[in-house]
Order: sequence, then C-alpha cells, then structure tokens
Amino acid sequence: MVYLTRKIEFSASHLYHNPAFSAEETRRIFGKCNNPHGHGHNYVLEVTVAGEPDPATGMVLDLKELKEILQCEVTDRMDHRFLNYEVPELAGQIPTCENIAAVIWRLLQPRITRGHLHRVRLYETPDLFVDCYGEGNGAGGAR
Amino acid sequence: MKLHLTRRYRFAASHRLHSDNLGEEENRRVYGKCNNPYGHGHNYVVEVAMSGPVNPSTGMIANLADLDAFVEREVIAPFDHTYLNEDVPVFRNHVPTTEHLCIEIFQRLSAFPDAKLERVRLEETGLNSFEYAG
Repeated sequence: MVYLTRKIEFSASHLYHNPAFSAEETRRIFGKCNNPHGHGHNYVLEVTVAGEPDPATGMVLDLKELKEILQCEVTDRMDHRFLNYEVPELAGQIPTCENIAAVIWRLLQPRITRGHLHRVRLYETPDLFVDCYGEGNGAGGAR
Repeated sequence: MKLHLTRRYRFAASHRLHSDNLGEEENRRVYGKCNNPYGHGHNYVVEVAMSGPVNPSTGMIANLADLDAFVEREVIAPFDHTYLNEDVPVFRNHVPTTEHLCIEIFQRLSAFPDAKLERVRLEETGLNSFEYAG
C-alpha cells in the first residue's frame, strides 16, 4: 500500500455560537471565538489517499484529478468564505476544526474512486489540527 | 469516521544522559556529547492527540481552553525551564532520554478527563522526534 498526500490552503472566517448557551457558558466555552463579527484562519488541508500504484501509469491516482477534486469540493466552497453563513454543509453546526474536517471527509470520500481516502488532516493553525479517518480504516496506519 | 484532535505545545529544558548502571567510560561511549556533566538543553515540542465523540452543542472533541490548562499544569509548568535530571523527581533515578520523557508525558496526560489520549509525539529538535501511544 502506498499513501499519497496532497496539500492545499484556504482562508476563511468563522465564529462559534450556540444560541442554547447562556452568556456565561458562551464566554467560558467559546471565549474569543464568539466574537460576533467572526475571525479568520489560513487553513492547511492535507489529503491522504491510499492504494496500489496502477502498473500502467505507476500512479495511485492522477494528481491532476485529485487537484481538481480539491479545487471543486474544498477551495471553491470554502476559500475566502464566512464558514457559518456561506457553506451549506456546515449549516446548523459550530464550524470547529473537527466539524470542518468531517464535512471535508464526507465531500471527498465519494469522489476518490482510485485508491481510497485514508486521512484528512486539517490545520486551523500550525499548532492545532484534526485528523479524520474512516471507520475501520485504522488510525494506526500511515500517519 | 474517527477524529483525532492534535495540539502542539512547547517547553525548554536541559538534561544530561547518564546512567548509574554504567561506568564513566561506558556512559561517555553510549551517550557521547549528551553525557556532558553540565548538561545541555533543547526546545521541546509536544504534540498531544486526543480522540472522542464531537459534542454536538460545542462542535468539539475537547474544549481547547480545558486541554491547554491541563497540559500546562501537568507538563509545561513542571518541565519548562528546568533541569530535568534534578527538577523533575521521576528523572532523579531514570535517564531523561526523549523516549523516557515521551512516556512520562503520555502517562501524565492520560488522566485528561474529557477525551481519550491517543498519542504523544515529542520533538527533541526539529530533526528528532519520538511517539508513544501507550
């Protein structure tokens, strides 16, 4: 098995708010992330596809194809957007790194038809990231 | 789908690699420059990976403020700007290699109450890193 990783970046803003929380809970749980005008990050996304190289091409999948899938499913939807209001897949969810990574996993997983999607790693900052793996797709595999 | 949340932290500390089970010559041979009697230091980077269900009302596996406070109390405050061999009691009789330090950090952080500790990855320098998953 070979693991192939492609990296992209996108910039977006968001805010954390749950109308069910009191002002005190909001302050304690979301802190500065509750600023009503939002704030932004330069997100870095690493997408890892696992598979065997095709003997005819030597490739797990064509990187050009993966690049187009990432452009269409992630960059076009999320780059320079306010995630709370402009990304329907996140409607009704707090746009945390966990939830954004899970949305990206669900968008990409059916589009990867050569090899299989092994991991989505989303950096919100260089010191905070979330890894998303499929069920039974051993988080213990290549990291 | 399984999610891991990873946070990176930093601390600076000094140590000396020296085993009381080895003679002076053997210590010098095994540990080389790291056996320097006055010790030496590193800027350590700790990567802490947690897993668990995402709480639908917060969108989080664990609240970062709570995780940061826990790691600060259990690891950063006791280790930062210390001489590990003397200032951290467990290393008075236990060589503070980065392997041992990584295991010690894992054990300290495994008590985090809000999520499951999956892995600790410890960078001793930008070129050396160690991982421990229990």
